[in-house]
Amino acid sequence: MVLGKVIGSLVSTVKHSCYQNKKISLVKPVSPREQVQQGVMVAVDLIGARKGDIVLVASEGRAAEELMNFSCRMPVRSMIVGIVDSIDGVDG
Amino acid sequence: MRLGRVIGKVWATVKDDQLDAVKLAIMEVVDENQIATGKTFVAADTIGTRDGDIVFWVSGAEATRPFPERYIPSDVTIIGLVDTLDT
Repeated sequence: MVLGKVIGSLVSTVKHSCYQNKKISLVKPVSPREQVQQGVMVAVDLIGARKGDIVLVASEGRAAEELMNFSCRMPVRSMIVGIVDSIDGVDG
Repeated sequence: MRLGRVIGKVWATVKDDQLDAVKLAIMEVVDENQIATGKTFVAADTIGTRDGDIVFWVSGAEATRPFPERYIPSDVTIIGLVDTLDT
């Protein structure tokens, strides 16, 4: 998994059926000291993270299928799997 | 998944027959401000895009299964058309 920061969301009408009624967030990767890094991920959010939250993002299809308990095969990789409360032990 | 912009199409008559009836789009990777990052892919287009469309796409093994009944030999597949980006 990687650490990320939710910077917003994406609205899409024409999309693969498994994304129907799913919140789709935009997440930028962050370092353990919460410094925003290059790139942006599009992640399905079943947890309800809000803009600005530091989150855990898993990018693996099998994990996504488990979380979305789908029987059909799904083209999904990035999922928000947790909202981070605090990060300890990262020295200055 | 990540963001992209469709910038063209690829036509290939001779190709793997599992790619039959699968449109191929030239897609550049873009960031949350729709600025190109310099990376470009040929992506399987499962939703029928036009040049200039902002899309989101999936890579890896998950890119092979946009269709319920068959796999396609693709590692980059467009799976959604972006209406708006709220950042």
